[in-house]
This record gives sequence, C-alpha cells and structure tokens, in this order.
Amino acid sequence: MDLSLTEDQQALRGSVAELFAGQATSERVRAAEAVGHDPALWRVLVQSGIPTMGVAEELGGGGATVADLVVVAIEAGRRVAPVALPEALTAAALLAASPAGADLLAGVGEGDVVPTVALRPLRNGTAGPVPGAAVADVVVALDGDELVALSRPEGVAAEPLPDLGGAALAEVATTVWSQRLVLATGDEARGAHDDAVSLWRVLTAAALEGLRQEALRIGVEYVKDRHAFGVPIAWFQTVQHRLAEVATAGDGAELLVHEAAWARDTGDPRAAALARMALLFAAETAQQTAAASLHFHGGYGFTLEYDIQLYYRRAKAWPLALGAPRHELRALAADLFAGEAA
Amino acid sequence: MDFVESDALAEHRQAAHAWAERHFRPEWVEQEHATGTHHNPELHALLGQQGLLGAGWPAQYGGTDVDPAYALAVFQEIGARGLRMDGWVTTEMVTRTILHVATEEAKQEIVPAALRGEVVIVLGYTEPGSGSDVAAARMRAVRDGDEWVVNGSKMFTSTAHMATHVFLLARTNTEVPKHKGLTLFLARLDAPGVEVQPVHTLGGQRTNATFYSDVRVPDSMRIGEVDGGWGVMRVALVHERGTAVAPGGPTLVEQVAEWARTAPGPDGAPLLDDPTVAEQLARLAIDDEVSRLLGLKVRWIAATGGMPGIEGSMAKLYSSEAEQRRVDVLTDLLGEQALLRDGAGPLHGAVEWAYRKAPVSTIYGGTSEVQREIVAERRLGLPRSRPVG
Ligand SMILES: Cc1cc2nc3c(=O)[nH]c(=O)nc-3n(C[C@H](O)[C@H](O)[C@H](O)COP(=O)(O)OP(=O)(O)OC[C@H]3O[C@@H](n4cnc5c(N)ncnc54)[C@H](O)[C@@H]3O)c2cc1C
Repeated sequence: MDLSLTEDQQALRGSVAELFAGQATSERVRAAEAVGHDPALWRVLVQSGIPTMGVAEELGGGGATVADLVVVAIEAGRRVAPVALPEALTAAALLAASPAGADLLAGVGEGDVVPTVALRPLRNGTAGPVPGAAVADVVVALDGDELVALSRPEGVAAEPLPDLGGAALAEVATTVWSQRLVLATGDEARGAHDDAVSLWRVLTAAALEGLRQEALRIGVEYVKDRHAFGVPIAWFQTVQHRLAEVATAGDGAELLVHEAAWARDTGDPRAAALARMALLFAAETAQQTAAASLHFHGGYGFTLEYDIQLYYRRAKAWPLALGAPRHELRALAADLFAGEAA
Repeated sequence: MDFVESDALAEHRQAAHAWAERHFRPEWVEQEHATGTHHNPELHALLGQQGLLGAGWPAQYGGTDVDPAYALAVFQEIGARGLRMDGWVTTEMVTRTILHVATEEAKQEIVPAALRGEVVIVLGYTEPGSGSDVAAARMRAVRDGDEWVVNGSKMFTSTAHMATHVFLLARTNTEVPKHKGLTLFLARLDAPGVEVQPVHTLGGQRTNATFYSDVRVPDSMRIGEVDGGWGVMRVALVHERGTAVAPGGPTLVEQVAEWARTAPGPDGAPLLDDPTVAEQLARLAIDDEVSRLLGLKVRWIAATGGMPGIEGSMAKLYSSEAEQRRVDVLTDLLGEQALLRDGAGPLHGAVEWAYRKAPVSTIYGGTSEVQREIVAERRLGLPRSRPVG
C-alpha cells in the first residue's frame, strides 16, 4: 500500500499546475466560454505533448500511465481549463489502438488535429451533444458495428450548442460529420469504445476532483474573510460543518479517483466498476462542494463576477455529458452484483 | 500509488484460526446477544491465562513472550466470529496510560493483574450532565490524608457490571478553569459506596449508570498529577487500538444484493431486476468503498509513522453517517420484510438489527458534530466556534 504520488508525478503535478495557472486564468476561462475552447491554451498543451501523453512511446506518445493522466486532469479541472482534455486524451487512446488511426494520431501530436470522442454510440446517425465537437476536427464514435473517426468536409462547420458548462458542445450527426474512417469493427470496435469510455470516466472524475478542491479552497477563503454580525462567517457552526462535511467526502473522492486509475493501470478486475464509482462520486462531491461554496458567498455567489459560478456550472456539466447518472448506477449494479439482470 | 493492503498478520491467520477452532464456543455469541454484554469473562480469563493479553508488554509488568501479532490475529478471529471484547479494549487503554503516568505502586498492582485477565477496567468519563464536553465533569474528589473521597455519578459506564475497576474523571479543584481542575483515579467497583445500575439500549447493548457516594480511593491509585487529568486524558485517547484490519466477510449491502437476486418483489420478479433497487444498492456500494478508502488512508498514515488525527475523524464521520444512510435505504428497500426480527426476517433479520444499531455510531467515540469541528478547525483552518472556558 502506498497512497502517495511518485516523485515523477509530483514533479509533473508541479509543472502542469503552473501551466494551467498561467494559461487558464479566470479571464481566459471567461473569454472562452462561448466557444468552449481556448486555442492558445491548446497550442501550449500540444507543445507539452499532453494530448498524446497517454499514447505508447513507439507510437509517438508520452507513454504515461492513467495515474499520470489523472495528475494532469486534476490540475486542468482545478482551473476549469477551457479545453476538452478528458475527451481528447480518450480519443487519442482510441486512435492509437488502431493502425488506421496513425495519421490522425500524428496530426493530434503535431497540433493539426483537435480530437474528441462521442461517449454514446450513434443512434440513427446521431450521438447527440458531444463535448468538444464544436471545435474538433475529428470525432471518434461507435456507429453500429464500427468504430469510426468522423470528420467534416471542407467548409462544413459544426454548429456550437449553447450550454451550461462552456464545453464546446455540438451535435454529432453523420449528415454533418459525413467523412468516415473505420478504425475497428465488430467486437473489437465495441470493446475498444467501452474501454475508452471507462478511461474517460476516470479522467473526468479526476478533472472534477480538481474542480472540487478549488471550489472548496475558494469557499474556505471567502468565509474567513467575509464578516457578519461582527465576526467572520467562518465562525458560524452551520458554515463550518457543511464545509467539513464536503471536505470529508472530498478526501474520499480523491482516493477513489486515484484508486480507479491504479485499477486500470494494474488490470485489476474491479477497474470498470471503480471507474463508474469514481465518476459518480466525484460528480456528486464536486457539485455539493461548489454549491456549498457558492451559497456561503451569499448574494455575491450569484453574481457573474465571482469565480465560484464557473465551478458550480461545470460540476454538473462535465459528468452529464455521458448521460443521466441513473444509467451509470444501474450499470454499476450489474458490474458489482454479477448475474443481475437490471 | 498502490492500493493493495498486505495482510500484516497473514502468517498468523492459520494459527489463530486453529486457536479459535479449539477454544471458541459458539454459544458465547448467543450469550452476548441475549445479555447485551460485550465482554465474556470465560474467554477473557482464558486469554489471560494463555498469555495472549500480555503479548508485547514489558516483562517486568507481566508481559509474556507470546508474539503480539499472533495475539492480534487471535483477537481478530474472535471478532470475525461475532464476539466483541470491549472489556479488554478499555482495560488495555487504561493500562497503557497507567504504564505512562502512574506511580510504581499502581503499575505493580494493576498492570500484571490486568494482563493475567484478573483486572478489568472500564471508562468513567461521561456523566449525566456532560458527554461531548467531557471536561465539564462534576464528580468531586476531595483529599483525606492518604486517600481521596469521591462523590458523584457517571453515565454510560459500559461493562461496569463485569469489571473490577473504573477509570474516573473527577474534579479536584473548583477554583480554576474547567480543564485545569481534573484528576483521574482508578477506583475499585467493589468498594463501599459504589452502585451499578443497568441501562438498556436500542442496539441491545447493556451499559450502566454508576453512582459513587463517599467512595475511598488510595492516593496510590491516582493516575497522573493532581489537577493534571486533562493531560492524562489526552494520553489515554492516543492509546487507541491497533489499526490492522481483520479480513471481512461480505458487507450488508452485498448480502442484501445477493438476497435480492432471487427474492421476489411485489410483481413476482426478482427484486434486483427493479432498476430503482439496483440503483440504490449501487449507490450504497459507493459509500462502502469510500468508507473503506478513508479507513485505508488512516492505516497508511499510521503505518508510515504519521498521526492520522484529522483523517481518523474524517473516516469516523463519513462511515458513521454512511451507516445511517445505509440502514434507512435498506429498510425502505426491503419494505415490510425489513420489519421482521431474527429468524422471521430475511438474512436472519440483519437489516432490522442494523437499523436498531445504527444511531449510536454518530454518538459515541465523539459525535459527528465533534468530528466536524475537528475537520473544520484542523483541516480547513476555520476559527474555533465554541465558547472557551
Ligand atoms: C452505548 C453507549 C456506550 C457508551 N460507553 C461509554 C463508556 O463506556 N464510558 C464513557 O465514559 N462514556 C460512554 N458513552 C458515552 C458517550 O461517549 C457519550 O454519549 C458521547 O460522548 C456524547 O455525550 P452525551 O451523550 O452527553 O451527549 P451531548 O454531549 O449532550 O450531546 C448531545 C447532542 O449535542 C451535540 N453537541 C454537543 N456539543 C456540541 C458542539 N460543541 N457543537 C455542536 N453540537 C454539539 C452532540 O453532537 C449531540 O448530538 C457511551 C454511550 C453510548 C450510547
């Protein structure tokens, strides 16, 4: 048992924390809200090799473990960085898994291709709103029996959908995304997509964990500073206890995210179930923390001026890109209580 | 990171199992249920005679050469078979404190006898008027030559009806702030003036109210300095039990899920086929995993030489609150089947029993409010909200 980051991971955390603190400032996050993507930040990430860091070194990637990717995603989440990073990392993993994806993967590494992934299989030619799709050059999707890389013909634009979390959502429909490259077929295609969505769960849980930590920090700082009735509002027990409660669940969420990454890296049989748990629980704690923190700002928390609203919206928006949590809970029940038919 | 917890006691498990096969009597569990007493004198005497209680203690005070890891494995095996050893838990805590702070006379008189299983010590901190605010104790102790005369009452003196001694927190000075006028004493429960009355609880456990009128305690049984009781309490609280965990069986949630796979719901289909049931069980399984991980963190910090104070509070807070959510959900999930006790109910009434037992988890061992206060002050750096004094 060892619950600490390796020295390399600590160094990685330090450098990506610095990167996001410099590149995903509150002003930059706000400026990117309408589009949901900051191209300058993306370029810096490409220069640092981050979009392909989870790809094997032989394929031109960074050879990072999922545990390493989690370290990066936590720091991105902490700054609510306006890039669809879990989606891009997941799409890169799918492109890397098929020889047919080699050119696109090289494009991702060079910064010519911004990739994303449709988490839900296409149905009647559409995957519904997909994060990152409004700005992506390629969407990896499961279409029936085929895992495909979809792109748009020259001149055809994806139509951004206005949304809760500034996530560059766009409908992915084969009428618009009409160019397709088949990456895999049959069981292989379905298995690869399933596994990729499981990776996305872990990475999104990590981003939510970073978001949660910052939302808590913002709330704690605010209540120490703001005075009412002659004392800092941090003095009041209802304020203290609600923050203590979310901080405690938060320690649990952090552990669960790291455990899910460890389970994937080590091929643990519980990996798929832990990925679902991590996403569900990280989403719940991030939302509760951001909501508490916003609440303790009083009226100011409701104004656009304070950053906590950026966190409050994304805490809900990021996990819901996958769909309603009840489906995840049912699938988790099936994972855990095998033989069950729900 | 690495989430595999190696079993520190692995090499002793087999021997501990063999010990239990030979000595453990299944009717002890029934007795514990029937009486609500979490202490078995027969077992306790046996553990003392065989040197298991004295494992790892200094030889000059009756320590034995039994391997402490083996002894711990035996205690865990006993726990896994459904028996609690509260009498030893409190005796051990107080005995360790005595070794730290008491007079040589007290050490010689108490420690070897405790390790032989002849002395059983219980905790007398809580009073009718004070629990969370333990330093507000009003029990009085007044010096009379070589003795102290104690008057007052204690509440929730668990296991006192089976014990030889009680560790009393008493006020020796009323002229100073409350934390500065406390002293600890080890009183005999068979001393004249001691009265023990049963208190029965919702979870079946029997505890006691204890009353003390002009009870005499020799000064040699004063544990620590006069008026230094608050410092002694802090030592006593550090001497918590070993943090190694016993390998557990299926959780209550897993047991209910297994049962629900075949148990028919109102429509005749297995309960687990009802998506609402599946969703709720899955959500509870997440709580169980989070509780387990927070406990794992406590053990990891302790194993790497740290003091998991805040993390211990977090683990206790989360798992006790989760236990209460769990019993609420599970009872609703079982519906009318949850009402049935023991053999009349599914899983031998395990859910009904869990519902009765759950409330105490957020009360003893520091209430949830006390734990939140610790997290707020020490983790989040928020100001102390209580009045000082
Ligand atoms: C089965 C059982 C066995 C026990 N065994 C023992 C034993 O062997 N020896 C022993 O000494 N004691 C024992 N106890 C006592 C136990 O430690 C106390 O019940 C506990 O510390 C709470 O104290 P109280 O009951 O006086 O409640 P109180 O302290 O009166 O608390 C009542 C409520 O007020 C809240 N509250 C108190 N202070 C604050 C605060 N600062 N901020 C916010 N809320 C607050 C509490 O959280 C609680 O919800 C036992 C109790 C039980 C139920």
